[in-house]
Amino acid sequence: MNEIWAGIQAAFRLIVTLDADLVEITLRSLQVSLSALVIASLIALPFGTWLAIRRFRYRRATIATLNALMGLPPVVVGLIVYLMLSRSGPFGVLGLLFTPTAMIIAQVIIITPLIASITHQAMRELWAEYHDLLISLNTSKRQRIATLIWDGRRTLLTAALAGFGRAIGEVGAIMIVGGNIDHATRVLTTAIALETGKGDFALALGLGFVLIALALLVNFAIHALSRTEREGTW
Amino acid sequence: MVEPYPSVSLKDALVKRRGKPILGPIDLALSGTGFTIVLGPNGAGKTTLLKVLHGVERLSKGVVAWSVPDAQARQMQAYVFQSPIMLRRSVRQNLAYPLQLLGEDKAAIASKVTDWARRIGLEEALDRPAPRLSGGERQKLALGRALIRSPQVLFLDEPCANLDGRSTREIEALLQDAQAAGTRIIMTTHDLGQARRLASDLVFLLHGRLHEQGEASAFFATPRTSEAKAFLEGDIVE
Repeated sequence: MNEIWAGIQAAFRLIVTLDADLVEITLRSLQVSLSALVIASLIALPFGTWLAIRRFRYRRATIATLNALMGLPPVVVGLIVYLMLSRSGPFGVLGLLFTPTAMIIAQVIIITPLIASITHQAMRELWAEYHDLLISLNTSKRQRIATLIWDGRRTLLTAALAGFGRAIGEVGAIMIVGGNIDHATRVLTTAIALETGKGDFALALGLGFVLIALALLVNFAIHALSRTEREGTW
Repeated sequence: MVEPYPSVSLKDALVKRRGKPILGPIDLALSGTGFTIVLGPNGAGKTTLLKVLHGVERLSKGVVAWSVPDAQARQMQAYVFQSPIMLRRSVRQNLAYPLQLLGEDKAAIASKVTDWARRIGLEEALDRPAPRLSGGERQKLALGRALIRSPQVLFLDEPCANLDGRSTREIEALLQDAQAAGTRIIMTTHDLGQARRLASDLVFLLHGRLHEQGEASAFFATPRTSEAKAFLEGDIVE
């Protein structure tokens, strides 16, 4: 109990004094996770929607694979990305290992199946509702996907937020590919792991509270910007 | 005014579901101007016939032949479903949607949307979410959304089912205006009174087969088949 209280005090102190290290790793956490979210959304939203409207031979197998990939172990993803980006790997020449870019790549791989799968579920229902109308209006595939994404945007926001939640709280993969280097690749989760390892539970808890607050803040901000509750009946 | 509409014919058309025929084999030709009503009891194949003509239901056998290329024919048509499908958008955006698909410019879209909202009596509801409209309002919006593109052929699947007398009258007035403007209308209904009020010609289906086709006045005065006669007299036709 003492550690929790000390953690709250540490979090309060870090925030009130605008601790330079805290600001730096918080901004880096946001930069990495939001970048991963944007890239993953650009891939997953159209792909999940396409999967909902398109019939092809291996569709069921594709959906099953996508759902299975939601449970990708981050450590394994980190290891594979590490091997790809390491000096002896196929992309070693790019020199991306132990950079925020490598962390973004790992997070994109982790959250894309999650966003695509939730998108597919949501879009399947909307497609069942719109199917006859969009076929009747002689829409192209591109127009159908655009219509479904636009009209289902509030549901898709949930998919994106689920992806963000997974990304911002992820530690295994980014620890491997980022290396938790101070002033370079250290983010909130890897800092928490480090402080816990050092036995500084108060600081680790303080950073944990900041991480929770950050996740909630981003969620509230996205809901407010998209006016989810004000126009939320369709 | 809309452009002259194309004619369509079905040749040996058959639709099967799970191996069971639900429409046909059927030969049918629809040409000229007019208001065609498709009559028949439940399960006669009315909706399937409309969907086949519109191209959203595939034939198991036979052909649908339009007098113009298929792609052009599809652009000339509109369809109103029995349960209106509302986009999760405002009334204004629902009306604008078919015009946006055609790539019309914003000013023309805004002008047509305002005009059609007035015609269907929803000018006060332009910014309301379409899914929140009443049944009658939704059907009028679906009709306005279909007519805003000035289709040469309009298919309607029981557009007044479950509507009260006032809404039915308003929709019939819109349909008569559309017909007067040159739109060919092909509509299914269960309502014999409505068929008498609107039809210029009639198609009577039973068990997926064409039983009668011809001028509405002749059909109502002297039906040729005993089944059609029984249907008009209100008997149960099986």
